[in-house]
Amino acid sequence: MRITCPLCGARDRREFYYRGAALALERPAPDAGEQAWDDYLFLRENPAGETRDLWYHANGCGAWLVVRRDTRSHAVLEVRLAGEGAQ
Amino acid sequence: MRFSGLRVLKEGLTGNRGWTAHWRDPEPKPAYDILIIGGGGHGLATAYYLAQVHGLRNVAVLEKGYLGGGNIGRNTTIVRANYGLPGNSEFYSHSLSLWEGLEQELNFNVMQSQRGVLNLFHSDGQRDAYVRRGNAMVNQGDDAILLDRDGLRKRVPYLDFDNGRFPVQGALYHPRGGTARHDAVAWGFARGADSRGIDLIQNCEVTGIDVANGAVTGVQTSRGAIRAKKVGIVVAGRSSQVAAMAGMRLPIESHVLQAFVTEGLKPVIDTVVTYGMGHFYISQSDKGGLVFGGDIDMYASYAARGNLPAVEHVMEAGMALMPMIGKARVLRSWGGIMDMSPDGSPIIDKTGIDGLYLNCGWCYGGFKAVPGSGDCFAHLLATGRPHPAAARFRLDRFRTGVGIMDEEGTGAQHNLH
Ligand SMILES: Cc1cc2nc3c(=O)[nH]c(=O)nc-3n(C[C@H](O)[C@H](O)[C@H](O)COP(=O)(O)OP(=O)(O)OC[C@H]3O[C@@H](n4cnc5c(N)ncnc54)[C@H](O)[C@@H]3O)c2cc1C
Ligand SMILES: [Zn+2]
Repeated sequence: MRITCPLCGARDRREFYYRGAALALERPAPDAGEQAWDDYLFLRENPAGETRDLWYHANGCGAWLVVRRDTRSHAVLEVRLAGEGAQ
Repeated sequence: MRFSGLRVLKEGLTGNRGWTAHWRDPEPKPAYDILIIGGGGHGLATAYYLAQVHGLRNVAVLEKGYLGGGNIGRNTTIVRANYGLPGNSEFYSHSLSLWEGLEQELNFNVMQSQRGVLNLFHSDGQRDAYVRRGNAMVNQGDDAILLDRDGLRKRVPYLDFDNGRFPVQGALYHPRGGTARHDAVAWGFARGADSRGIDLIQNCEVTGIDVANGAVTGVQTSRGAIRAKKVGIVVAGRSSQVAAMAGMRLPIESHVLQAFVTEGLKPVIDTVVTYGMGHFYISQSDKGGLVFGGDIDMYASYAARGNLPAVEHVMEAGMALMPMIGKARVLRSWGGIMDMSPDGSPIIDKTGIDGLYLNCGWCYGGFKAVPGSGDCFAHLLATGRPHPAAARFRLDRFRTGVGIMDEEGTGAQHNLH
């Protein structure tokens, strides 16, 4: 699997740390309540198909990336910088 | 049909013409008392114990492919009860005790081999952690022996004991652990359930779960609608998809785990060895292949095949631990879809929908759990109350934060197990 970092270009999967569903970008308010935090921390859509997850270019530029991927084929469809508001 | 030594002899002498099919191939009935979704190890064991322990026979197992075609037929077959935390401790202990009587109970050779499991340690800190774990195992009624370097060398002389980076200092030895034939476990439970009147329905994919007024009423399948008062979801890596049919989201992420087998060799590794400084564990199958694996690939996947970085890691770790395996040729590799939970421990519980029950979150360790999970899930389905050995496998533990079972001590977070 290769991931094309918008800053560094196509790189081997080994350079990246996987954080999980890009839901991690949508942190609820501290007082949002138990259900909102359960949704955020634990409950997952876990799709068989297209998914959006967060990867960190640890052995590269250090950017957090939102990667659109197909979990059935491992095809990488789109990579954007998380910092630029990619949702 | 019963198996016995005499029967094998007789059939051998008469051209093996007397063996019959192990289970029927029934048409689904319009309604059952209980439906089990998923004909893997856990689903088949659940069906067996529903009939055997609770006398419930108006039950069907719905399997979208063929029996035993999922992870039950893809795993590396390690059986052990060396967990350290309350919850896992009593459950795996219960499961191992069921394993020990399984072949007689099922009248089926599951080729269980209590060849022992060795967990290696490479530092003082790791040794201390294993001493603690060993004491927990002894306290739960199981066996654990701390081997020093010399004791270990007698057992597995082929390790690279003086490895420059990670010298082997000893091991926690669990004599009652070992391996079993994975397919045979599925077949044995399938045969046991079928012969007690349970319908095993293959090529029957569940495509919808019917709920009315907060209670389950049945399922939609590729072979039509089937009504039921109770439905159990036991679909391993597909748990999120099937739960979504009932409008639920689960604390589960599906990941791929790979495994490898070499060409057949003469007997060389007579136990199970797990490396303490890299992701690698190994045993030898009865056919002679070295069967080994490591960790999950570490990204969500339904592909049932992995990528090369995980392959490389496993091969490197194997070479660092036992350089002799460099001479063996890898024959095959494959992957399975794991239902990973945030704390690495399973869920056997009711759901928010009456009559709908859930069994999932086995991560990469659900083979050893097959008899225990079947027994406990059957108990829950039959009585509506959790079995004492699985009472802590609660679905709500993540929301409440009470009773998290994080054996690795890394935190209850999806990408850490
Ligand atoms: C490579 C590998 C190595 C492993 N090694 C070990 C090990 O050494 N020790 C250990 O303890 N565990 C191990 N495991 C884990 C173990 O195999 C699993 O935890 C366990 O098999 C999962 O339970 P199961 O047998 O019921 O799953 P499965 O056999 O996957 O059964 C689930 C079934 O549900 C069916 N299904 C899914 N969706 C539907 C639907 N909509 N309708 C109808 N049916 C459906 C599937 O077809 C499948 O047959 C390993 C797993 C893998 C992949
Ligand atoms: Zn980069």
